[in-house]
Amino acid sequence: MLPRAIVRNCAAIRLCCIGATIFLAGLLAGCQGGVLDPQGPVGAAQRTILLNSVAIMLAIVIPTIVGTLGFAWWFRETNTRARFLPDWAYSGRIELVVWSIPILVILFLSGIIWIGSHDLDPMKPLDSQQKPLEVQVVSLDWKWLFIYPEQNVASINQLVVPAGRPVHFSLTSASVMNAFFVPQLGGMIYTMNGMTTQLHLQADQQGKFYGRSAHFSGDGFPGMQFVLHAVAADAFDAFVNSARSQGQALDKTSYQELARQSMDVPSSTYGSVEPDLFHEIATQGVPPAPGPQAGRPEPSASPKAGG
Amino acid sequence: MLGKLSWDVIPFDQPLPMIASAIVALAILGVLAWVFLAGHFPYLWREWITSVDHKRIGVMYTLLALLMLLRGFSDAVMMRSQQALAFQAPGYLPPDHFNQVFSAHGTIMIFFGAMPFVIGLMNLVVPLQLGVRDVAFPTLNSVSFWLTATGALLVNISLVIGEFARTGWLPYPPLSETAYSPGVGVDYYLWAVQISGVGTLLTGINFVTTILKMRTPGMNYLRMSMFCWTSLAASLLIVAAFPILTATLAMLTLDRYFGFHFFTNEAGGNMLMFVNLIWAWGHPEVYILVLPAFGIFSEVISTFSSKPLFGYRSMVAATLFICIVSFMVWLHHFFTMGAGADVNAAFGIATSIIAVGTGVKIYNWMFTMYGGRIRFATPMLWSLGFMVTFVIGGMTGVLLAVPPADFLLHNSLFLVAHFHNVIIGGVLFGAFAGYTYWFPKAFGFRLHEGWGKLAFWLTLIGFYATFVPLYTVGLLGMTRRMQHFDVPAWYPWVLVAGAGMIITTAGVIAQIIQLVVSVRQREALRDVTGDPWDGRSLEWATPSPPPVFNFAALPHVEGEEPYWNIKQRAREQNRLRDEPDYEPIEMPRNSPTGFVCAFFATVMGFALIWHIWWMVALGALGAFATFVVFAWRDIPEYVIPAAEVAQIDRANRGARREALATYTGPRP
Repeated sequence: MLPRAIVRNCAAIRLCCIGATIFLAGLLAGCQGGVLDPQGPVGAAQRTILLNSVAIMLAIVIPTIVGTLGFAWWFRETNTRARFLPDWAYSGRIELVVWSIPILVILFLSGIIWIGSHDLDPMKPLDSQQKPLEVQVVSLDWKWLFIYPEQNVASINQLVVPAGRPVHFSLTSASVMNAFFVPQLGGMIYTMNGMTTQLHLQADQQGKFYGRSAHFSGDGFPGMQFVLHAVAADAFDAFVNSARSQGQALDKTSYQELARQSMDVPSSTYGSVEPDLFHEIATQGVPPAPGPQAGRPEPSASPKAGG
Repeated sequence: MLGKLSWDVIPFDQPLPMIASAIVALAILGVLAWVFLAGHFPYLWREWITSVDHKRIGVMYTLLALLMLLRGFSDAVMMRSQQALAFQAPGYLPPDHFNQVFSAHGTIMIFFGAMPFVIGLMNLVVPLQLGVRDVAFPTLNSVSFWLTATGALLVNISLVIGEFARTGWLPYPPLSETAYSPGVGVDYYLWAVQISGVGTLLTGINFVTTILKMRTPGMNYLRMSMFCWTSLAASLLIVAAFPILTATLAMLTLDRYFGFHFFTNEAGGNMLMFVNLIWAWGHPEVYILVLPAFGIFSEVISTFSSKPLFGYRSMVAATLFICIVSFMVWLHHFFTMGAGADVNAAFGIATSIIAVGTGVKIYNWMFTMYGGRIRFATPMLWSLGFMVTFVIGGMTGVLLAVPPADFLLHNSLFLVAHFHNVIIGGVLFGAFAGYTYWFPKAFGFRLHEGWGKLAFWLTLIGFYATFVPLYTVGLLGMTRRMQHFDVPAWYPWVLVAGAGMIITTAGVIAQIIQLVVSVRQREALRDVTGDPWDGRSLEWATPSPPPVFNFAALPHVEGEEPYWNIKQRAREQNRLRDEPDYEPIEMPRNSPTGFVCAFFATVMGFALIWHIWWMVALGALGAFATFVVFAWRDIPEYVIPAAEVAQIDRANRGARREALATYTGPRP
């Protein structure tokens, strides 16, 4: 009875397949340049988990959709061939099955969640022969500051890292929350004032990757974006040398100037950084950055950004 | 004298909100003028504004919800069109305006669209399905409604006077603290949500009490309709969760008004505390919305399949399971804030466990249809659209509950597409199913089927056309809340989503036309018997619209599906039940308490937002005085004489007798 009802419902099945195909096509179209086109080990592992989870769930989602439409169509009022069971409202065996199917799927998925969460913990260092590059990240209103403590240089809205070498990020915020996100390298982590978060990423190949803030942070939020350049080791050294030779110094005074609100800031570099600046920001040794200044000290009704 | 208020706060320099609010103001003034000039005001005051009848309050809740859905939808149109125009360009909405638009969209849709819609349907239907005359506290019910309306009014006042929050629909600190949001926008948000939140909490208390204490004789727990069960679960969640919201927002208010440091950057404030607390309310809130929708689908699918609900007890268990587990999953809203792997994994697993409950429900609805004789009326179409759409939304939801996948998708448009998938596909489709299903019960005539079906198909297609591109562009790394963007790969998908919005708009228009056409053709669509869909639960035992006392004599319930049993017996014996002994009925008197209370609450809220302290005192005093006056009332009830009850009931029995005589029985 049950399979026959479904088999006869070619129209419903076809409709459903078309829907599923469109949906999958949409998913797969995300391959170019997004999170489904990873360029590093973290992103690749996260994508694998993402696709596996979808595949596991589709195994019951598609039959459920087909069954729903199939039942609805077959048991339509005008179908004289369909059985009518006006009082049929319970079956222990079906109940057993409908509780078991989701429970089994979720059990399976729970394994993936537990193992995946531990394997891909952002705090966990990556397996690599090379010592990770240390990068300190500060989200400001509304630009990104990247400090290279070992090289003692810093950059705004551009991040240069050696390809093939792990990068250890320590992150904090000068003012409001933001989230550091490079879609093609994987992982995302929030930045918060007075706190430090950790993230490990690696770019396998050389290339330019888009990065931005993923958490809304105010009027300048759309412009809180940067380019991550993954370059060869010698090109990285060249970048550091060039920054040292031409950039200005970043100390507490110039940092406080930098921390004022500004939008769509072009990328630039600093030739030297006051030691422990990141630590001072993260532990509020430097006070949190000020917000909008228009209308101060009397807060006006609607101050415009950047004032 | 007037606090922060001055002429400067009205955005004369921004034509868009000025024109929009001018049109709205003119429309409101026009309606008010018509009401007064045509002499409708006494009727409105007597029959609606001061009414404590749960059916009237339900209708007013639903009307408020429909208006606010339109407001929220126009915000959505602005967001989609802004992004479609803002590829490497500024678009037409500057950031400070765009940020208000998406904050208002979320706030309005959740607090003043979805919540009143769901609560409105609960008001209309739950007492009828329980077989009782009203809710436990009728005047409190009216207070709840008017306080919700106060919140909605405050949000809309912010369009003209001052600004709304620019922080998103949940004002995460420190962005929402005075240091980074010195304007009145966040204050509008806080007081609008606080005041309406009081109303919602009172509703929760009211419905928990009603369902636990006020069932008709024989209506034990396992004979209640599924909608009553899900309403009970949602009300329990309201009672448990809304105090958390109130406390959290109160703490933010103390930060903003008195320089406290709960969530600030400085002086040991902890913004993560806010995020934890707000989602400890926020996740149950999702189920407060969707559980009643599940109840509606259970009613609709069973009725239009001409069969009892499959696995009723299993459904009850699944509902309570979801109700409890929904409190244990809040951390999945911020896996990316740096919690350890153990914490993330535990909350990820807890979250996916909820899918067991919803999965069981989907299968039980499927087997309710199995062996049925399905009529594809508009409510049934919404239900089928829901089942297909919600399964997809559930899948993407469980995907987001897998922390490593969430690291890639959090705060992207994939997330936005996911929660619209479950809130539109679940809550809104459910609300529309309930709206078309119970409309004849509320007004005595059905809604036009043709326009309803058109509205359904346009909304369904529009939904997919809008949100499948957003899923995709989310996978391409596009984050939410962007006033403009520079990445070329995103642009085509944003355009497709904008085009999808046009189809959705057509669906909204079809919905409006459906209402207008139905009102004009109401005689042809008249529901004479009170049972237009061959229903199964007790609300269909009453005339449409039901008299103020609902039941001439309280029905005695002898099993599940009480009205279906009564009807079957009548069909077998070919005669109605014996006429009951009519007795006089005591009903609660109308009371302006709710309206007056809310008036003063509005004054107080507005004054608090603008720091007009004398007006705050005035509003608070007025609201308290109203309460005292109500508490001192002498005559709480009035009596409807037995003869009047008999006359109303006999008219309906006559119609039902005729329907019974022409009943030909089910096709064998």
